[in-house]
Amino acid sequence: MGLLVRKVKNLFNVLKRLSNSSLGMIGMTIITLWIVVALLGPIIAPYAPTAYHPQDRFNPPSWKYPFGTDRFGRDMFSRVILGSRSVLILASSATALSLVLGSSIGLITGFLGGIVDEAVMRFMDILMSFPALLFAMLILGIFGPSSFGVITVIGLVYAPRIARVARSAVLEVKQKEFIEAAKVRGESKLYIMFVELLPNIWGPLGVEASVRFGYAIFLSASLGFLGLGVQPPTPDWGLLMKEAQSYISWAPWMAIFPALAIASLVVAVNFLADAIRKYEAGEL
Amino acid sequence: MTKFIGKRLVNVVITLFIASIIIFTLTEVMPGDVAQMILGQYATPESLEALRAQLGLDKSPVLRYRDWIWGVMHGDLGTSLSMKGVSISNLLIRRGRNSLFLAVCATVFLVPLSLVLGVIAGLREGSWLDHIISTSSLIALSMPSFISGTFLMLIFAVWLKIVPAMSSIEPGANLFSVFPRLILPIVTVSLVLLGYVARMVRASVIDASHSDYARTAVLKGLPRLKVVWHILRNALMPTVTVIAMNLGWLIGGLVIVETLFAFPGLGRLVYVAIQRQDIPMIQASVLLTSAVYLLLNLASDIIYTFLDPRIRY
Repeated sequence: MGLLVRKVKNLFNVLKRLSNSSLGMIGMTIITLWIVVALLGPIIAPYAPTAYHPQDRFNPPSWKYPFGTDRFGRDMFSRVILGSRSVLILASSATALSLVLGSSIGLITGFLGGIVDEAVMRFMDILMSFPALLFAMLILGIFGPSSFGVITVIGLVYAPRIARVARSAVLEVKQKEFIEAAKVRGESKLYIMFVELLPNIWGPLGVEASVRFGYAIFLSASLGFLGLGVQPPTPDWGLLMKEAQSYISWAPWMAIFPALAIASLVVAVNFLADAIRKYEAGEL
Repeated sequence: MTKFIGKRLVNVVITLFIASIIIFTLTEVMPGDVAQMILGQYATPESLEALRAQLGLDKSPVLRYRDWIWGVMHGDLGTSLSMKGVSISNLLIRRGRNSLFLAVCATVFLVPLSLVLGVIAGLREGSWLDHIISTSSLIALSMPSFISGTFLMLIFAVWLKIVPAMSSIEPGANLFSVFPRLILPIVTVSLVLLGYVARMVRASVIDASHSDYARTAVLKGLPRLKVVWHILRNALMPTVTVIAMNLGWLIGGLVIVETLFAFPGLGRLVYVAIQRQDIPMIQASVLLTSAVYLLLNLASDIIYTFLDPRIRY
């Protein structure tokens, strides 16, 4: 119980320090807002996102349809509201996957060192030497677009970058006395890696994860825009932008609202990530 | 130095070789039958068999890889499946030239601008000007290109009608004569890097102005301009590498921007090839873009060693 109280207090302190950055607070507010919107989606949305209203095609924004309608008369407001779900789920699952993969690889290679480390890191370098978007397009183009594919591919693309950060953090912590102590105590390698080392590299990993989350939204939205992510008729912000392209000059509301939604979320995530980076660097 | 460059070149070649194997293997497992795609639904089994033999599809994958890579090394990339009979090498050269034009214009636009913005923000650390520049460059770098491009398109093409919304150009058109059509894509593809480089420059200017030599220069009473010169000389060196290293980003950015503005470049070619499952075109265009990306990275490493005499290999 005492531990839990301390953890909560700790988190509270971090939040208090983060609140020194006004941009960070703006970011956190917008992100919280979108999470609430995603959770309450069907309650807020006035229509089903896939419901056709054939008599109301291409309607400009009005009281009946606050964000207008698309070529099938679907309510853009409901589609933007429910589209928040796919982007949040895709980006957070992809970040989680790359975090798990990357930190495990970084921990193991950094701790073991030697030839394994050398070989794995060379391989990671090769993987990182391809443009992320191109790699993701190739894989999704071949295995077919799907949400599962987007998560896997983004997770794989960003894992080497996280591995790199984890590894260099491990190399630093490895020299500390408590690791020596654990070795002398005769703890197993796995214990040392995941119980002694991992809790001590949360800082740099957290910074990297927050930055990666921003990139994951960026990449998953871009893939959605290329039609390689979530498939119609499911609403997805990137996909909504793709659908709006052909009508941009005479139904601009189809593009404006999804674009504002994506812009607000990516900017918010980057504001927060920047605040977290400053916090870790001791600038807040 | 020569040894270092040689070593890195060998590295690039090895990486490209591995890349070619990965690309070939991936396109190999692609569902769908090429012969069926060319001849359509109603082809007879005999004609399918004949075409497979003609295309060499009846050989083993290893043999086909060898034939492909042999062709690549001799500049023969085969013919496109979706655009019947078009030589891929010619197409890549044409589209590549268009993309290169876009990339060069973007670089010319973004490098000086980001340097100026970053230096101003860095020298005036903490001022309102710094806050404006830092915040807007953070916004610029976090915005996906298809979002900023759409906003620019809505404002300048749909609303103000200063420039056209689409950048499609006729094959063979002189790119300089259609330059107004290219302004929006150039600005759009620059934005992310513009924000990124400006922030990097700002950070390194701040680092340099907090250094001992900068303080000494101030304390011994050097005029402000000379101090600034000291700071800039040291601050801008790492920036060159940042710029060179991130030019590779333009490749990914071009795919999105060219698709958004319907510009006939290499990026859109990759996209269309993947969409139409045009295997030879996918192989060639992805391999070419990877090669360009790797060479850009190599160039940034070499520039870095030239600039910083402390680094010796």
